[in-house]
This record gives sequence, C-alpha cells and structure tokens, in this order.
Amino acid sequence: MSPNTAVQFKAQATRLAADLEHRQWIFKALRGYEAKRDECKARFQNWEGARQAAAEIKYDTLNHLDRYLEQFVHHLESRGARVHWAADARAAREIILDLARQNQVRFIIKSKSMTSEEIHLNEALEAGGFEVFESDLGEYIVQLRQEPPYHIVFPAMHLKRGQISEVFQQKLQAEPVTDPEALTMIARRVMRQKFCQADMGISGVNFGVAENGMISITENEGNARLTTALPRIHVALMGIEKLVRTMDDLALLLPMLATAGAGQWLTGYNTLYGGPRLAGESDGPEQFHVVLLDNGRTRLLADAEQRDVLHCIRCGACLNVCPIFRNVGGHTYGTTYQGPIGSVLTPHLRGLREWKHLSYASSLCGACTETCPVKIDLAHHLLHNRRNAVQAHPPFFERLAFAGFQVMMRHPALYRLGTTLARWLQPLHGLVQGTALDPARAWTRSREAPRLARESFHAWWKKHRRTTSPS
Amino acid sequence: MNHSAREAMLGRIREALKIKAPPPGPHAGAAPHPAPRDGEFRPLLPAVGATWEEQCRQFARNAELLKAAFQVVPNTAAARAEVERIVREEQWQRLATYDHPLLREIGQDLGPTPLFTDRPYDKAELEKCEGAVTTCEALIAQTGSVLVTSRGCGGRAISILPPHHVVIARREQLLPDLLAAFALLRQKYGAHYPSMISFITGPSRTGDIERILVLGAHGPKRLTILLLEGK
Repeated sequence: MSPNTAVQFKAQATRLAADLEHRQWIFKALRGYEAKRDECKARFQNWEGARQAAAEIKYDTLNHLDRYLEQFVHHLESRGARVHWAADARAAREIILDLARQNQVRFIIKSKSMTSEEIHLNEALEAGGFEVFESDLGEYIVQLRQEPPYHIVFPAMHLKRGQISEVFQQKLQAEPVTDPEALTMIARRVMRQKFCQADMGISGVNFGVAENGMISITENEGNARLTTALPRIHVALMGIEKLVRTMDDLALLLPMLATAGAGQWLTGYNTLYGGPRLAGESDGPEQFHVVLLDNGRTRLLADAEQRDVLHCIRCGACLNVCPIFRNVGGHTYGTTYQGPIGSVLTPHLRGLREWKHLSYASSLCGACTETCPVKIDLAHHLLHNRRNAVQAHPPFFERLAFAGFQVMMRHPALYRLGTTLARWLQPLHGLVQGTALDPARAWTRSREAPRLARESFHAWWKKHRRTTSPS
Repeated sequence: MNHSAREAMLGRIREALKIKAPPPGPHAGAAPHPAPRDGEFRPLLPAVGATWEEQCRQFARNAELLKAAFQVVPNTAAARAEVERIVREEQWQRLATYDHPLLREIGQDLGPTPLFTDRPYDKAELEKCEGAVTTCEALIAQTGSVLVTSRGCGGRAISILPPHHVVIARREQLLPDLLAAFALLRQKYGAHYPSMISFITGPSRTGDIERILVLGAHGPKRLTILLLEGK
C-alpha cells in the first residue's frame, strides 16, 4: 500500500479548507462564470435536448471507435499528415522527442494541452535539451512559476495580479505593472518573438473529425493559431477518445463546450487543421504529425459500466460547480485532471490503489452530474470507484468490523446483548472522547456521537402491545 | 514498428468493445436511440432569424457583444473609404494583403506598403504589419463568427499575426449558423479541404488574469468586419 498520495491530499485539503482568503478568491472567480454560463444556456432553444444529443454522439463514436479512428487516420494520411500511435505516456514522449531530434529543432512553442500535461511532455523535452515555451497566458504564468495548472481550463485562476507581476519581474525583467491589460501585453511581446523563432509547434486536440480527418482546436487567445501557423513542424497530441463523427457534430459541441467551459457563446477561435501546407497554400508548417495516445484509455473503454467517462470534452464545468474543488482548490488533487472528472479518471489512468481516496473527495451532491454537458454521471462513477476499490483491496479493519456486525445481526441474543452493553457503556465514553483511546475517534473528532435510547424499540414494543392490546 | 503499434491499439479497442455499454445519460434510464445525424441539431441550438435582415441584425448584436466593429456598407467605394479611414487613423506603415479582385479594389494602393501573403514571404515582415485586410468564406449570424480558410483567405498567418484584422464580406456570404457553414465547406471543397479552416469569433481575448477580459492576447486586438450590401 502506498498511502502517500492520500495523506498528502488530506493534509493539503485540511490546510486549504481553513484558508478563508483562498476560498473567497475561488468563490469570487466562479460566481462570474455561473452568471455568464446561465445566460449562454438560456440562448439554446433546448439545452437539455442538446445535452442528450451530445451524449448520444459521443456514445455512438466511442462504441464504434475502431471504425471512426480508421476513417479519421485514412483521411489524415491521404493529405500528407503523419500519424503515430502511442500506447502509453512514455511512447508518446519518445515519438515527440524523436521528431524534435530528427528535425534539428531548438525552440518549441506549445499551445495549451492537458494531454501533454498528462504525459509530462515539458519535463521530457527540457531533459532532452529543448527549450519549451507555453504560449497560453495562464499556462505561461504557471510555467514561469514552475507549478502545474490549477484548473483544466483556467490554469492560473488562483493567482492575483500582484503575484503575476512578481513572477514577470523576476523571470522576464519586466516593469512592475499590475494592470491585467499591461501584464497581458508583456506576455504578448515576449511570445511574439518566440512564435517567430520556434521550429516546432505542439498543440493538443479538442475534437478529431472522422468525416474528413481534421482536428479541431478551441482557444480564445490565438496562440494555438500562431503555434500552428509559424513553426515549420506542427505536432498535435490527441487522446483517442476525442473523436466525433462529422463536422456537423461540432456545430453542437463547440457552442456547448464554450457555454459549459467558460460561459461564452462560442470560443474566440475554433479551428480545424487537416494537414501540412498543401499545394496552392502560401504558409503553414511543412510537416504535420498527429500522435494518438492510449495511456489507459482502452482500459477504460473495456469497462462498459464506466466507458462514458471517455465522453468528457474537458470543459471543466464539473470543477466549477464542485463544492470540494471550491474549498480545496486545484493543486490539492495532485493530479493532471482535477475536480470530479479528475477523481473519476485518475484511478483509471494511474491506478485505483493509490488514487482511490479521490473517490471520497466528494459530497455526492450530484452537481457535477447535473452540469456535465455530455451527461457523464460523475457522482455515480465516484461510487463505482469506491465499490471497485473495496472489492479489489478490502481494508482489513473494515472487513473485520463488518464480519463482526454480520455475526451480531444473525444472532438475536448477541444483538440484544450488544445493544444492552452499549447503553451501559455509553456514559463512560465521555471519559475517552476525542483521545487516542476513543474507538469512535474518526467520527467524534468533528461530530457529536448520538445518544442511544434508554430502551430498545423491541422492549418498548413488547410493553406497548401489552397495554393496548387489540380488542 | 509504427504499423504494429497501430494494430495493437486497434486490437485493444476491438477487444474492449466486445462488451456493450449501457445507453448514455444518468442511471442509464433512457432507451437507446440512434444519435442525431447531420443537421438535426437546429431545434436545439439558439434560434436564428429567417430573413437576411434579421440575420444581419443578429450578427451585428453578436459583434457588439464580442467587441468587434461591424458595419454594413453600400458598395466597394464605401468599404474603401472605411479602410482608408482606419489606415489614416492608426497610421499603418505596412499592410498585409493578397491577390484578390475585391482586395485590389479596396485597399492595396492606400499608402502603406503592401505585403502579399499568397507568395513566399518573410514572417518577420508580416509581424511588422500594423494591419491585415482579407476576404472571408462566410459570416455566421448565430455566433457572430468570421469563417476563413488557408486556401481562400491569404494563408494561415495573415488573419492572426497583425494587430488589426479587417474583413470584407459580400452580402451572400452571411449564413445563418455553423451547420450552414459546414455545408458550404463540404460543397466547396469536398475531398480537398484546405489545411486550415478557422471560425474567428471576435478579436483575440484572454481572461487568464483574475478573470478580467483583455483583448489582443496574442492575435489581433481589433477585428473590423465590413459587409458589402451591393456591388
């Protein structure tokens, strides 16, 4: 057993839940989001119908993934794109490192991609001697601070302008400004040079379109557009679950992603890429590579009960509404994907044994299930993970306790003896309550123990029936 | 090597799919029915006006919300006057453009040195351009988006690198929604899609610092759309 991740989670969560300033900051950031999201939802003629349709599209695609993937790859290859198949994170890193080495790449520019976070691509590229720059403003800020992203959509939402100004002054020798616009312009100036210098641009993928073999990238800043326009090589890293059937599917999913993700009607740039610079085109990369990543996804696909977790379009809506996320923040999870979707997904990607504690980082209030635009039943998947964890590795004391409970429940005499003893012993509980000797310490540390009734129902009933016997 | 990786992954997928998954939705309650096919989404998405005038008003409202400048101009002469005004006001020294009859009429001889992106060009030179004037494939009323492609609109970088992007559209290019845009792309390019197809919805923006909106994160700070009503 390696309880490290669980212990860390608990310690960090306890600390942050008591940090009122941090909590207030997150609440404030998300209040604005909620108002805008509701406005956008109201523009749909039928938001609930749209959710059902989106779920059915992803259901159809995933349940015929082999066929759609082959169709997608066929179209891509026919336009001169190179497709690579990576079984796991290591294979994907090797493929991308090889491409950089073969092409004598020096500078690499990246647009935002959670999948690249999942495979720890930046560390691998830096270890390989390449300079890597994140071009999304939020990602760039956390990269300069040498932190992981705090949120899958808003990587730097935990930082205040003063902290951002500080890191810009330290790392970029920037002037001490704190206005968000002035700060953004500093990053813009730095990044423009990087875009022009970079030999390789790396992006993620929001959707792969089987119909014509194009990838769709959603962004607001234009950094992905620049990442895929200026360097001579474009590498796109794509989880195999990102497929949809046709461009028309995007007509539904793009507005839904924007609405659920950021409370926008449509994100600033929604771009389809299908190849390197083609005949008759004046610019764009000479090479276009798509790396298809498995890394545990086929394992999740094989679990029919939880297959729909692969529907996820990474909008981050479930994080935004989750009371746990709002209290403990994104870094506490210690995972690539935070919040409810992270708690469901991480045990599949990294092992149930070490990450099962995330299934308990939930109030099971169901807000995540309610908000998910593709109708993933996250709250129930958290329960499924708990059940699977217990089935795979039953905790010794729990097993013992339940075995004892079972024996007691099967023998009325034992049950009566037990409850009588408990009534006699309860007054003594006050002596040890809250100390290490307290058998119910986990419960009583933060709650009152309920008082047992003086008399059992069974005894009461016997007495009662005698006095008011039916005539 | 690559071939075997491909076969191995497809094999794992086929193996996984041998077990059927319950239908989507909470508690798997709904009976499975076929997912909606192409074009069946319209009744779910936001409503779009039926006439050109209504769609034009809708586009204008969206543009305003997105902080893009939108103007309906009666003819190319009026469009030219508008571009001339922008060039003068912002003191453009260099202007990115490409060979297109509409652009020839509207603004290649206005004063700033033109850079043609449909011929081999130096990206450092494009970076120095204060503005770009381009055509588009379509305007989308439902979302306020401009559709450009690498084939028809001067390449990939012209619409993203210069700080002010001016788009000229014709009357018939205004479409109701994304579905209509995809239908147009299918019909126009069929099996030969451009390498890039982009829906531009407002000027470049970010909310990464304290969730406060800042325009011009990396791409254009300003987006001007001129819709030609007549010739």
